[in-house]
Amino acid sequence: MRIFSGAGVSPGRITGVVRRMPRPVREPAPGERRAVSVSAGQAAADLRAASHSVQTELQSRAEQATGDAKAILAATAMMAADPMLMRSALDLIDGGSSAEGALWDAAASVAGMLRGLGGHMAERAADVLDIRARIIAILRGVPAPGVPSSATPYILVAEDLAPADAATLDPAMVLALVTSGGGPASHTAILARALGLPAVVAAAGADELTDGVEICVDGVTGTVVVDPDNAARAGLQVSPRATTTVGGQTTTAAAAGFDGDGRLADGYVLPLLANVGSARDAATAAAAGAQGIGLLRTELYFLDHTSEPSIQQQRKAYRAVLDAFPGKKVVLRTLDAGADKPLPFLAIANAAAEPNPALGIRGYRTERVRPGVLERQLEAIASAAAGAEAEVWVMAPMISTAEEAGKFAGRCAAAGLKTCGVMVEVPSAALTAEPILSRVDFVSIGTNDLTQYVMAADRQLGALAALNSPWQPAVLQLISHTVAGAAAEGGHKPVGVCGEAAADPALAVVLAGLGVSTLSMTPRSLAGVGAVLGSVSLELAQELAGVALDSSSATGARARVRARLPMLERLGL
Amino acid sequence: MSERRATIASRVGLHLRPAALFAEAAARLPVEVTIARDGAPVQDALNAASVLAVLSLGAECGDVVVLRAEGADADVALASLAAFLERDLDAE
Repeated sequence: MRIFSGAGVSPGRITGVVRRMPRPVREPAPGERRAVSVSAGQAAADLRAASHSVQTELQSRAEQATGDAKAILAATAMMAADPMLMRSALDLIDGGSSAEGALWDAAASVAGMLRGLGGHMAERAADVLDIRARIIAILRGVPAPGVPSSATPYILVAEDLAPADAATLDPAMVLALVTSGGGPASHTAILARALGLPAVVAAAGADELTDGVEICVDGVTGTVVVDPDNAARAGLQVSPRATTTVGGQTTTAAAAGFDGDGRLADGYVLPLLANVGSARDAATAAAAGAQGIGLLRTELYFLDHTSEPSIQQQRKAYRAVLDAFPGKKVVLRTLDAGADKPLPFLAIANAAAEPNPALGIRGYRTERVRPGVLERQLEAIASAAAGAEAEVWVMAPMISTAEEAGKFAGRCAAAGLKTCGVMVEVPSAALTAEPILSRVDFVSIGTNDLTQYVMAADRQLGALAALNSPWQPAVLQLISHTVAGAAAEGGHKPVGVCGEAAADPALAVVLAGLGVSTLSMTPRSLAGVGAVLGSVSLELAQELAGVALDSSSATGARARVRARLPMLERLGL
Repeated sequence: MSERRATIASRVGLHLRPAALFAEAAARLPVEVTIARDGAPVQDALNAASVLAVLSLGAECGDVVVLRAEGADADVALASLAAFLERDLDAE
């Protein structure tokens, strides 16, 4: 038995067998030449065999699939042995390239051609690159890239997961996630919370885990036990959430559900809202009892568009979300593109032009280089709002100054939108909350970015996970300062939190104590957060907020607050 | 060299599914067929049996393409492929 730990980012405890996510296929050296011992004929034969084997595998997957997936897999199988792709790769082999180098370059040029056509062809370019990775994996004798396919449930272990991996991850087969990289706000952590999977990130020991090893994962403490003995299993199974039977975990909190009425034990009202990216998410959120939408990430509609969606298209997409919450509040955030969320049609800058994209042109700042996109989006929102029963609020991301907030408010007013606010993600916005709130109707604190900016720690860097915690007293100070700014402004304007921090039930208590007026989170977390908030009085929440603010570290703040909340242990959170 | 023009009938253009069906049909023929946009130089014509080549034309509904082939069976082959393009493959 061996124990290591990382950051627990999504609650739950479970035992299961490891399957490793293969490392991404690495690029061959540019213009890689064939070894002298390998003839062109041999390299060509190797390439053909590998391409044939990928084609066969995809064909058999197509046979098992149905509907659209079947047609797409069948077409992708054809691409694996495509005569044009093979011809240009074989020509490169004749010119002296290695099989891998030839295929790499040939596929890159085809993908570039398809990408240049725009629209859905960009997805086809991704298909070509996927095929390339699969063929090269065979040439190198390494496992195919992507989430492993398995007939039995397993714990997925990886360096880190990309947003694209989420699409191929089957929540019925994956029991938990353990990564060596990533931080509490990494894509892996966000994905795990959305799927309700226990997860531990930034666990250096994860790189040593091999397929088939049994581990116990505790998504709260961040502990991973390798080859657990019976005592360790028993210790990990005291919680009602834990289970020995893989695949069947339930939580008492989730089983009880959220009743759609966020309150503390003494009746103090604290509405719990949901973060969503689509109408489908909104339906899930409504079913989970969300009292509204605290964050609609509108950029998710735009991700696969290579040209700007029309006002009509946007209106339809927004309206579908509004219709899921009649009579309730829905907060739409305007496009948050840039840094980790590049949008093809904005094509603002490449990495070379922006060496530090998190500090670059993103969010509201894109208006400087792509004027008009925001205005059209606000027009689309106003048109979706007309006749909708939901209460429509709009906010801008990445606001740094009261002047920017004022300009945004002016644009909203011009579009006929009544309730206009801004995100507090940049520390300067937290520090100037009072003048900002004198210009807008509300603010919503995005703790993920606020944390990375105030701690100067990249949220995707596993090595900095400890700094990158919303429990950091400095982050809590900024939240407290924002609430104080709202009080000083005097208009009783709402201060919400829509970052991942709101999904942590213990931190939710602290946020309530700091005076935050609403919490918005992934729908999965509503039940747990609701249950824990319902177990504390406002007085206790305020006391615990003081305890957290006075701590000297994030881990200290978290431990001291958690020790005072017995409900967490009871719910296995 | 036989030549045949065809107008793309598929409402979504030669996107993935129609392109795959077309390339599959071209690959089954006994002759090698090329495809190009109308007006493009002959040397730029692409292998019609390659789904990637067909996709890379980016042909939309209503666009005209030129099919070419050599040999005795060329005319029959081109006629069958042209008929293929002139149906709305996506609706079927």
